[in-house]
Amino acid sequence: MDHAATTPTHPEVLEVMKPYFTDHFGNPSSIHYYGREAKKAIDSARDTIAASIGARSEEIVFTSGGTEADNFALEGVAYANENKGNHIISSPIEHHAVTNCLGFLEKRGFKVTFVKVDSSGLVDPEDIKKAMTDKTILVSVMHANNEIGTIEPVAEIGKICREKNVYFHTDAVQTFGHMPIDVNKLNIDLLSASAHKLYGPKGVGMLYIRKGVKIVPFIYGGEQERGMRASTENVPGIVGFAKAVEMAVNELDNESRIRKLRDRLIEGILSKIDDSILNGHPTLRLANNVNVSIKYIEGESMLLNLDLEGIAASTGSACSSGSLEPSHVLLSIGLSPDVAHSSLRLTIGRSTKESEIDKVLEVLPKIVSKLRSMSPLAKK
Amino acid sequence: MPAGYSDKVMDHFAHPRNVGVIENPSGVGKVGNPICGDIMEMFIKVENNIITDAKFRTFGCGAAIATSSMATEMIKGKSIEEALELTNKAVAEALDGLPPVKMHCSVLAEDAVRAAIDDYLKKTTGKGLPGFKPHEEGEHEH
Repeated sequence: MDHAATTPTHPEVLEVMKPYFTDHFGNPSSIHYYGREAKKAIDSARDTIAASIGARSEEIVFTSGGTEADNFALEGVAYANENKGNHIISSPIEHHAVTNCLGFLEKRGFKVTFVKVDSSGLVDPEDIKKAMTDKTILVSVMHANNEIGTIEPVAEIGKICREKNVYFHTDAVQTFGHMPIDVNKLNIDLLSASAHKLYGPKGVGMLYIRKGVKIVPFIYGGEQERGMRASTENVPGIVGFAKAVEMAVNELDNESRIRKLRDRLIEGILSKIDDSILNGHPTLRLANNVNVSIKYIEGESMLLNLDLEGIAASTGSACSSGSLEPSHVLLSIGLSPDVAHSSLRLTIGRSTKESEIDKVLEVLPKIVSKLRSMSPLAKK
Repeated sequence: MPAGYSDKVMDHFAHPRNVGVIENPSGVGKVGNPICGDIMEMFIKVENNIITDAKFRTFGCGAAIATSSMATEMIKGKSIEEALELTNKAVAEALDGLPPVKMHCSVLAEDAVRAAIDDYLKKTTGKGLPGFKPHEEGEHEH
């Protein structure tokens, strides 16, 4: 029930990766047979991944993961377009891979405007338009939020950016491989994705960079990735990533099964547990995401109890992260700190069975009543 | 969530001792705040300067619940003076340690005990615990 954190590498993905650790261990930059085999594998992986989002192969740069792709996009575009302007627009609910990178850029003299989100976590594209100045060089709004699952109106935001001649980046780590994405229809200039969220291996991701986008390289060294991201390629990872994408495309139909499980879980929790609320948008929502606040009890104590029952989950409570601040996403949608501390995220995966949903609905109300019986905040 | 809860922490979390409220308590202390995600409420019954019963209610993480539970166990049967000697480190040690980021929970437990005694002293002597002031959330180590 924590598939938004990561997914297991699919056995078929692992199988196609294996030979690239052993028989085809070559360095793609080498001229000889072994090198050529590795190069061929990367080229073919690039083709597969590009085709899955309607991009051209040369527009894909492999990275070490989603975080690197986000950092690359933001820093790369910021530094390449400094002469045009220093203003960036983003949302307050981005992943830390974006917010902390923007924080760094702010220290380096860039100005960042965070537009507000509504109580369901939606960005209003009009707010993006209003925030634009003649110094704006980049807009970065995630495709869907990792905590509350809200799907942002990226096509509209992208359209505004296109009209204003401003680059549009989206962090699609939660959606790539889970929803159909066409970078042309969605007016996306840069898109970050990660393999391990779609049953691929950890340690590999990619940045889509539309041809013509002005961007500086992220890692300097050799000529790998057209000089944009030097370092010997993670050949097995890239091969596995492509296989995972290939499989994800075939699995897209399965998302409706996952969506049904999600709705059953949401309805079950809200009807069985008093003073529970859904966080995020009811319909514009990732098919696998359930995020609720169960008032008067704290998130980590729920997680530990669920863990004792063999159920893995996640929370936006500070107690789980080591800081005292609860999730910036939950505060941005207007939750009070105590309700944010009471959040519980359950994310469904391909392997999740109906019986597992039933088990959560059976054990969670018991856990809640136990914790509420010891909470000074609970109603008498 | 932070890994590294000891078996003892998990035991006190899963089977907390002394949960609840005491009717007509000799003293009550409430510390923490919801912004930081933990609130502890501690009740004590005092007879002839001895804490004969202690109960708690806590909104908080696993460590907050476990430290509340352990603190009530440690002060039961003790005199007020002995209970005032209880330190957050002693609570943490009794639980076979806490992850560093969770040490503030043990501070909260120590504060809850002192707040309850402060309340008891105010009721009985008209004066609270000299110099007692609960720690501000955020200023302690975590």
